[in-house]
Amino acid sequence: MARNARGRWLVVAIPYFWLLALFLAPFLIVFKISLSQDAIAQPPYFPTFDLSEGWDVFREAFGELSFENYGYVLSWDNEFLEAYGSSLWIAGISTLLLLMAGYPIAYAMARAPKSIRPTLLMLVILPFWTSFLIRVYAWIGILSPEGLLNQLLIALGIISPDAPLQILATDWAVYIGIVYSYLPFMILPLYSALEKMDDTLLEAAADLGCTPIAAFWKITWPLSLPGVFAGCLLCFIPAVGEFVIPDLLGGSDTLMIGKVLWTEFSVNRSWTVSSAVAVLLLLVLVVPIVFYQNVQAREVEAR
Amino acid sequence: MSTGVTATTQKTVGGIRRKFAPWNDPAAVPLIRYQNVTKRFGDFVAIDNLNLDIYEREFFALLGPSGCGKTTLMRMLAGFEEPTSGQITLAGQDLVGTPPYKRQTNMMFQSYALFPHMSVWDNIAFGLKQDGMSKDAIAARVEEMLKLVKLEKFSKRKPHQMSGGQRQRVALARSLAKRPKVLLLDEPLGALDKKLREETQFELMDIQMELGMTFLIVTHDQEEAMTVADRIAVMNHGKLIQVDQPAVIYEQPNSRYVADFVGDVNIIEARIEATGSGTSTLRAEAAGDMPLTVHQEVASRPGDTVFIAIRPEKVRVDLDPPTEQGANCLPGTVWDIGYLGDLSIYHVELANGSRIKAAKPNLTRMVERPISWDDKVWVSWSADAGVLLTS
Amino acid sequence: MRKGLSWFNVSSIVLGFAFLYIPILLLVIYSFNASRLVTVWAGFSVEWYFKLFQNQQLLDAAWVTLRVAFLSASVATVLGTLAAITLTRYGRFHGRMLFSGMIYAPLVMPEVITGLSLLLLFVAVGFDRGFWTITLAHITFTMCFVSVVVQSRLVTFDRSLEEAALDLGCTPFKTFFVITLPIILPAVISGWMLAFTLSLDDLVIASFTTGPGATTLPMRIYSQVRLGVTPEINAACTILIAIVTVVVIFASIMTKRQEVERERAERLAAAEA
Repeated sequence: MARNARGRWLVVAIPYFWLLALFLAPFLIVFKISLSQDAIAQPPYFPTFDLSEGWDVFREAFGELSFENYGYVLSWDNEFLEAYGSSLWIAGISTLLLLMAGYPIAYAMARAPKSIRPTLLMLVILPFWTSFLIRVYAWIGILSPEGLLNQLLIALGIISPDAPLQILATDWAVYIGIVYSYLPFMILPLYSALEKMDDTLLEAAADLGCTPIAAFWKITWPLSLPGVFAGCLLCFIPAVGEFVIPDLLGGSDTLMIGKVLWTEFSVNRSWTVSSAVAVLLLLVLVVPIVFYQNVQAREVEAR
Repeated sequence: MSTGVTATTQKTVGGIRRKFAPWNDPAAVPLIRYQNVTKRFGDFVAIDNLNLDIYEREFFALLGPSGCGKTTLMRMLAGFEEPTSGQITLAGQDLVGTPPYKRQTNMMFQSYALFPHMSVWDNIAFGLKQDGMSKDAIAARVEEMLKLVKLEKFSKRKPHQMSGGQRQRVALARSLAKRPKVLLLDEPLGALDKKLREETQFELMDIQMELGMTFLIVTHDQEEAMTVADRIAVMNHGKLIQVDQPAVIYEQPNSRYVADFVGDVNIIEARIEATGSGTSTLRAEAAGDMPLTVHQEVASRPGDTVFIAIRPEKVRVDLDPPTEQGANCLPGTVWDIGYLGDLSIYHVELANGSRIKAAKPNLTRMVERPISWDDKVWVSWSADAGVLLTS
Repeated sequence: MRKGLSWFNVSSIVLGFAFLYIPILLLVIYSFNASRLVTVWAGFSVEWYFKLFQNQQLLDAAWVTLRVAFLSASVATVLGTLAAITLTRYGRFHGRMLFSGMIYAPLVMPEVITGLSLLLLFVAVGFDRGFWTITLAHITFTMCFVSVVVQSRLVTFDRSLEEAALDLGCTPFKTFFVITLPIILPAVISGWMLAFTLSLDDLVIASFTTGPGATTLPMRIYSQVRLGVTPEINAACTILIAIVTVVVIFASIMTKRQEVERERAERLAAAEA
């Protein structure tokens, strides 16, 4: 109601300013620090902007900003570029695996009798409510050389006890970890797209002489594409910056940018370089994030 | 529905109704006035410079297709939309800028909008509580309302525990409870099945008379509007096309649009040959070389194109040429017959290939009708059956 | 079209759920293992649960985590609900694009970026890091999830209910509390639960924004996990899983019950009519 201008203004302003202060402003600070240089001080970078020392000092400090950190991060001598590439690769492969694993499950759920669908849905969401860390941790015990998977395979005689499968500390363990922890995020958008679909469409296709498989590719798949996009983006974007999974399941040669950023920050203690890494990561992800927002906005408007 | 009570009130209702016509009284002061009201949504003009007066105790219907602006017109009175320009007054008070919760209008919503988390009793009491009425007064009023809509036994139910018809009556009771100056009804019976809808229409009229209130109803159902309303406004594209009593709207539509929207009609394009002293003679392609006569004068000149509108029930079909003098009479062939039970609709093809509809009551129980497909027939109508329309 | 479960559908569901649940089940089973070697079964024992309750560090961390989660979820629910109202009700306004961007971006933003940026903010404004900075950080990223959950309820909300309240003389402010909030309450509560779980679960953002004396449970578990798998952690995980499972199953049984009740009432009403 236009008349309650003040109440209306407050409703917008409170969350708006909260996000401006705690979501947008931090990015500007990250950007600023990415242009600064490391210092052995508190805070461990310079220049710092302090208006109390007057405009001149402020302007001088401005002149000390440089793109040096970006040069460092983007140089081939360091492993950052490789880490960006390998993060995108790992996230891409994992997203593909997620789609291949999630689609049949979502499809089967949407086809299941109406009465059991809520239960199935709850069963998909339930693991999500348990800690992410726990779920990743569970795989260590399974994938390790003396782990349960190897024990099972040896007991079945598939592999010999002397040569256990080395999965933990490889990229494969990271794929498994990502697929496992992100699966609900893939299934839910797919399910909601597939569940909305009118069954009579398939009946009409069959009536007009379409085989079930052709009907799937010509009707079901195109109509589920919004769900496919939403699911893939929902998994791909955070997976690129994933830290816990490569750290716990991956090997020392598993390069992922989230882990590199963390190391740069907590081990090398270079706030400026880690800021530059974060800014570049954001640049890499800006296209999929904007795309994701468009998908979301369209979804909300369509309803 | 207790038919006993309805029957006795009906008589007095009829008596009052027949005499009620404040719109013809130049001294009468309208309760609601729309003056030069325009409403735009972006580029879309929903209401286009509209003027309308509605009088106290009137049962007024806004009729039109969806998107014609009738709902916007009502929502501006309730305060959910503000006019882009113009003035709306209620009992002499300018309403523009008054929020809905300070207006003395109440609305019955199309979806009923019953609060799902409150009982029937609490729903009806909701508006009264907002006014800070005393507990006893509220209780008395709610009981009265429950009695009025015959739901005394259901006061503790939640809305979802009731049938569609019962919910509709709760919504009515809730909007009436505050005794608003005007009750707004937005497609109030749209969700009911046909039988129940017809019953409820009469119930609404009784309640309106009993409480002596002004009702403004929005509907796209012309039968509903004709049944309940004292006056009907037919709307299209944000404009009022015709405002008048139901019988006038039906029998003397002012345009092809109204004639076509309200009821079924045959429209014949014709040229004027002569007009004057209460009669017009016309030539129409559909009639070949037979002249047509309508007992009506028009301002058009000879040679101008006009339209003759004739309701199907005023057209006769016979196997032999009628003997009646002065009737318009054309030969044709039965092209199709629609059997509706009470009526049969004959579609008769005329010499030039155009078709005319004639409704004939089925007076006997014969399964084989005397007139059949491809029969040569005569269609005829008297000179005062048709209306001449210039637009 | 043959609806229902073909062999293909049945096997996808069975395999999918096996994949989702077997790791968790194994974790639970091995928390009752008598051996310190997690992968070798040496008989049933609840020893590790006793050990767990003597681990003061872990218990302290759990207490910190619960306080952070409770506080941040509560604030995030208020902010997220306001944001949801803004986005579903206010149409176009200045800066709407930016606002919806700030709501949706955190949903997919890599946690390392969010964590780092918040840390740098707290340093820049000279905030002492610890309990409060973690809480602020958690409010910020969980409110966006709350907003999405509440939004999806609000878009299907029948606006005429609010209009009816206004029409009957209720002010917009009061209408929100008397009509809108009670009706969207289930969504608000599940928003709160989601925020609570996300906060309980978060490792990365908390690690960035924490300070001395404020170690959360995930941080504690993480530092132990890095040293290797221990049955004690298995036991801690099992307790968390048990709590969550009980709460979620209880909640879903409650909603199911309400639905059944409602359906029965509706059928009854239809029969009477």
